[in-house]
Amino acid sequence: MSLAPHSQEVRHFHPRVRSALDNPQIRSNFRNAMDGLMSKRQNAFNGWDLESLRDLGAAVRLRALSRLPELLEQLEDNCSRQGIRVHWAETGEQACEIIRDICKARDARTVIKGKSMVSEEMELNHFLEAEGIEALESDLGEYIVQLAKETPSHIIMPAIHKNTAEISELMHDRTGTERSHDVAYLTAAARQQLREKFMKADVGISGVNFAVAQTGTLCLVENEGNGRLTTTVPPCHIAVTGIEKVVEHLEDVTPLLALLTRSATGQHVTTYVNMISGPRKADEFDGPEEVHLVLVDSGRSSIYQDQELMDTLRCIRCGACMNHCPVYTRVGGHAYGTTYPGPIGKILMPHLMGLENTQDLPSASTLCGACGEVCPVRIPIPKLLQRLRKESVDGDSLRPSVVRGHGVKRNWKERLAWNGFRWLFRNPRRYRLFGSLLTRFRWFTPSQVGPWTRYRTSPKPAAKTLHQMMNERTRGGAR
Amino acid sequence: MTAARTAILQRLRAGRGNQPLSPPASDFSVVRDRDWTTAEKLERFETMITSVNGEVHRVAEDRWVDHLWALMAAKGLTNLLASPETSVGREAWTRQRESGPRLRAYDSPIDDWKPELFNNVDAALTGCRGAIAETGSLILWPTVQEPRLMSLVPPVHFVVLGADQIYATFYQALAEQGWADLGMPANALLISGPSKTADIEQTLAYGVHGPRELVVLILE
Ligand code: SF4
Repeated sequence: MSLAPHSQEVRHFHPRVRSALDNPQIRSNFRNAMDGLMSKRQNAFNGWDLESLRDLGAAVRLRALSRLPELLEQLEDNCSRQGIRVHWAETGEQACEIIRDICKARDARTVIKGKSMVSEEMELNHFLEAEGIEALESDLGEYIVQLAKETPSHIIMPAIHKNTAEISELMHDRTGTERSHDVAYLTAAARQQLREKFMKADVGISGVNFAVAQTGTLCLVENEGNGRLTTTVPPCHIAVTGIEKVVEHLEDVTPLLALLTRSATGQHVTTYVNMISGPRKADEFDGPEEVHLVLVDSGRSSIYQDQELMDTLRCIRCGACMNHCPVYTRVGGHAYGTTYPGPIGKILMPHLMGLENTQDLPSASTLCGACGEVCPVRIPIPKLLQRLRKESVDGDSLRPSVVRGHGVKRNWKERLAWNGFRWLFRNPRRYRLFGSLLTRFRWFTPSQVGPWTRYRTSPKPAAKTLHQMMNERTRGGAR
Repeated sequence: MTAARTAILQRLRAGRGNQPLSPPASDFSVVRDRDWTTAEKLERFETMITSVNGEVHRVAEDRWVDHLWALMAAKGLTNLLASPETSVGREAWTRQRESGPRLRAYDSPIDDWKPELFNNVDAALTGCRGAIAETGSLILWPTVQEPRLMSLVPPVHFVVLGADQIYATFYQALAEQGWADLGMPANALLISGPSKTADIEQTLAYGVHGPRELVVLILE
């Protein structure tokens, strides 16, 4: 769809992995952070019947998806009745244009943003800046990443790849903050810098964690309070969300909330759960006068066409799959080159960008299964990875797929090898002849076989085939 | 963009046409059933909210205002935002002291006094609609008298909570207060502790954007 800008970066997966692995700073930053997050998550679920909770989480999400078009209409009806204006966008670009038009209509110059992965996905900040609108991130992690002109390396903790010293240096360079290794000091400095911006911002843009169809309510989960400021102080609030974030009833939020915060950061709940159901009323003294909700499709309705791949849409973006992924922990979020890194990125990005642009992602996994085991809504990530791997080679021969670029990894050498293999192994005489040739000429097999031999020695056929050995043994035994 | 709307909904309906989904029933017992007594709920609430740096004081119903003044003096807070019209705020207003903190009301639209609120208010006092024991959360529905920013912008937030207003879980609070049937307010909040961040190398820091201190006065 409209996500082409990333594609160049994604294709260079291997060199980026190499350089990430060669960077001890990145490796230790991630290792430390992920170790901490894993044990915090485990503690937070202490005393819980986690499996029943995951069942409920999955059931709630599945129920929402099973009625997705109706719930989106219900959400729209309820929001509109309560004064929230609802917009629909088929692509990220369309969503950017809608947001630009809202800003232009209000003559807005500065926009303050709460954390939103969808807006990262559609590269909203670049778009707005090109239109002469300043977009400033207010989540501390996002603020740091924006100062560094980088992209988030984790969906929950965007600046996890940096340590305090690096952040201190960065803030000194970009904002003149005194150098300090005191986190409280750096945080207070950022608070001061951002408060000014909050007071002046014309528009606040936020994401949405859950959108409740029954009551027309947008739920936002956060710790800092920047999300609340973003949605309260500026006169106009624009919430942007993927169409899959809708849930049916208000009570459906309760298991998802319990799962989200514990899975993400090991918190029993975040400091703020902010539920927005309308703009400022006539007699109220604060809150935005205008609230907009932008529903973004951007490939999601096409994922919806496939019952198996649709499981991806259950995701509540907790990041637990990343925290537990042995590959992510070693290479970090930037190596993937996609908005969503780690296991969820590996199953989501091929849809959004086509396998031709993301062919390395489904194979960048050991299939250890940790992601599937921790996923709070039971997305079978390893199974989906295997399917995408198959599709990137077999293409339509398995079944017609909704993923673009399937079959991209098919290559004639591998084809030839497998066809030859099939031909030889289907006939006993051919098979025996092949076996004896192979044992006899075993010294002629190549010692270098591509990437396989980079870290391993090349396999040599044994001196005797298994059949030969068995024959000798049975003959010997009978004697 | 009605064209986009039609196209998206059409694609979704077409996709589902091939393969209707039948989700399993949602069994909420795991987030609903807790058999905690009132005392246990209070205990649990206190443990949870203090574990995230919230401050809790249990005080007798007729003494909380004195306690508030003492706390403010100890913290060096010189003024307090409080509503003269809510039951909680009114008590603070009627019992204010000559030597105590100066009170002010949130009585005009934010647009008229933004810099003042952001820079010169030390603390705010609000009531709440109850609390959740399991997670140590306060339930606030900001109102005309106690607008949204009261619990967000001043560096210290005092909240008055009745000891008998504590629900076991979020699910129970929603159900017993009948949120879905009441109709949701423009803004509803769960607040669990002071504002915080761990975005710099996972080190906790408080008061990043919202209050750095959250003080709960539980009336017994
Ligand atoms: S796939 Fe599962 S574990 Fe990963 S972010 Fe989504 S909900 Fe969390």
